[in-house]
Amino acid sequence: MATISTLAYLVAAVLFILALRGLSHPTTSRQGNIYGMVGMAIAIVATLFRPGMDATGILLILAGLAIGGGAGAVVANRIQMTALPQLVAAFHSLVGMAAVFVAAAAFYSPESFGIGTHGDIHTASLVEMSLGLAIGAITFSGSVIAFAKLDGRMSGAPIIFNGQHKLNAGLGVLLLVLVIAFCATGSPLLFWAIALLSFALGFLLIVPIGGADMPVVVSMLNSYSGWAAAGIGFTIGNLLLIVTGALVGASGAILSYIMCKGMNRSIINVLLGGFGTDTSAAGAAGGAAADKGPVKAGSPEDAAFIMKNASKIIVVPGYGMAVAQAQQVLREMGDLLKKEGATVEYAIHPVAGRMPGHMNVLLAEANVPYEDVKELEEINPEFAEADVAFVIGANDVTNPAAKTDKSSAIYGMPILDVEKAKTVFFIKRGMASGYAGVDNELFFRPNTMMLFGDAKKVTQEIVQALQK
Amino acid sequence: MNPTDLANQATATAQRALELAQQARALAETQVVPAIQHGAAAADPFLFLLTIFLLACFVGYYVVWNVTPALHSPLMGVTNAISSVIVVGAILAAGTADNWGARIFGFLAVTLAAVNIFGGFLVTRRMLAMFQSKKKA
Repeated sequence: MATISTLAYLVAAVLFILALRGLSHPTTSRQGNIYGMVGMAIAIVATLFRPGMDATGILLILAGLAIGGGAGAVVANRIQMTALPQLVAAFHSLVGMAAVFVAAAAFYSPESFGIGTHGDIHTASLVEMSLGLAIGAITFSGSVIAFAKLDGRMSGAPIIFNGQHKLNAGLGVLLLVLVIAFCATGSPLLFWAIALLSFALGFLLIVPIGGADMPVVVSMLNSYSGWAAAGIGFTIGNLLLIVTGALVGASGAILSYIMCKGMNRSIINVLLGGFGTDTSAAGAAGGAAADKGPVKAGSPEDAAFIMKNASKIIVVPGYGMAVAQAQQVLREMGDLLKKEGATVEYAIHPVAGRMPGHMNVLLAEANVPYEDVKELEEINPEFAEADVAFVIGANDVTNPAAKTDKSSAIYGMPILDVEKAKTVFFIKRGMASGYAGVDNELFFRPNTMMLFGDAKKVTQEIVQALQK
Repeated sequence: MNPTDLANQATATAQRALELAQQARALAETQVVPAIQHGAAAADPFLFLLTIFLLACFVGYYVVWNVTPALHSPLMGVTNAISSVIVVGAILAAGTADNWGARIFGFLAVTLAAVNIFGGFLVTRRMLAMFQSKKKA
């Protein structure tokens, strides 16, 4: 029996790898997702047939699967695509908490997992257990904070106080001491002390991170949830958990790296938090703005007229588009312009939106063909040939100061070269600077036209003007 | 996608999974078993697990770099769903533990992981369904 379940786990692991492999292209991705589901089903069924299962246990398991599965299915089918980042954060917190519960179960019933007897668990298993427990608990509370910030239940502003980093470092050392003491004694009191301290640490680690750094945080917590699963895998000696945990951990780490590179910041810089609150830098930039000349504001009719005569238009969507729910009407505008004979493409910056790839999902939901949606490296050479760059809800990712101004907070960040287009439209509510607190000199250029107002309303007016 | 197609696809997938299993078994019999007999298992089992862990990290690294950036959100959905494979540990606890405390912990973990498994795969399916080619022929 044991051999069969081990082989089933191996098959499941291979199917999970194929599920990730499928995501290399949209056409193979749906097949990949099915591989993932089949892999999970195999893993669950194989475990249900493991020796030692009794009828009560199986009833308990089926009840859990039905309750949890039902809730998950309802949420997944109802969630709005704009709320995807907070959903993913909430899901990460559940993986973290599940890891804590499994660690607790292993601690109170070591015989079920062959890691010793009650009160006398192998030291190696205690080390692994405390790792899985701590990472799981940090993932849980960190994800809860990330969820609250993304869902607007808590201000996205970084929460900073004196001695924050010292406190975190101190708690980290204390955690290490508790883990060592726990491994030496196996005391239940220390088990729960580790859990509580890790909850506190996860909370304190995410609190200072600003709302727009959330793509990094969500990716990082994705990675943690993988490491937590791997930690539990080591504890109970299960190869499938170890392999899957490593896959997920590596995936989250790569996404974090891509997001950090998209902002030209190190992961340490993001984690220390407080970005965008440096008032002196913002003030200096504001002072310099005075001699940059007048801002040219236009009406939606002006924009419609210019775009009607354009042959190449590049749309640059940002988080502001998602907030205003402007993606549908934006696609309508694109369709009308295509009818006029223009090519319309969409340029996505790596950190646009609140989670990796979020803009792509929103555009896909609005029926924008994925062939028209381009990544930064691919689209940047095309701006020079474009008649119009249409920036909707984005700001910092278009700021040329990132290339020229060494004193700027965003210096070195890769940007979309919208300034090379013949005409640049910016849809903005007002002249406020972007998230990084940096003024955008593009607003003052002669070939820029500002369209002030709500992104959805302005785009709707452009659509009406185009239909005339 | 209609149910028959889905069923056919599932059958095909299951068939492939079976073939993979047979291949894996053949591989295990010819390669792994002798390796274990020659001392891999006789060495520290922790080292054995660590080896697998590190190799899986490399597999993850190369596979994920191949994921197209446009699908990074579905990637998070899938990884979220598969990290809930922790349900295996939860099932063992709920089904085999010798005390009710551990069983309750197992039951709670099964429930939480199930939310993720169903939620993660279904939300990913919804996302991927939007990434159809919409170019008119």
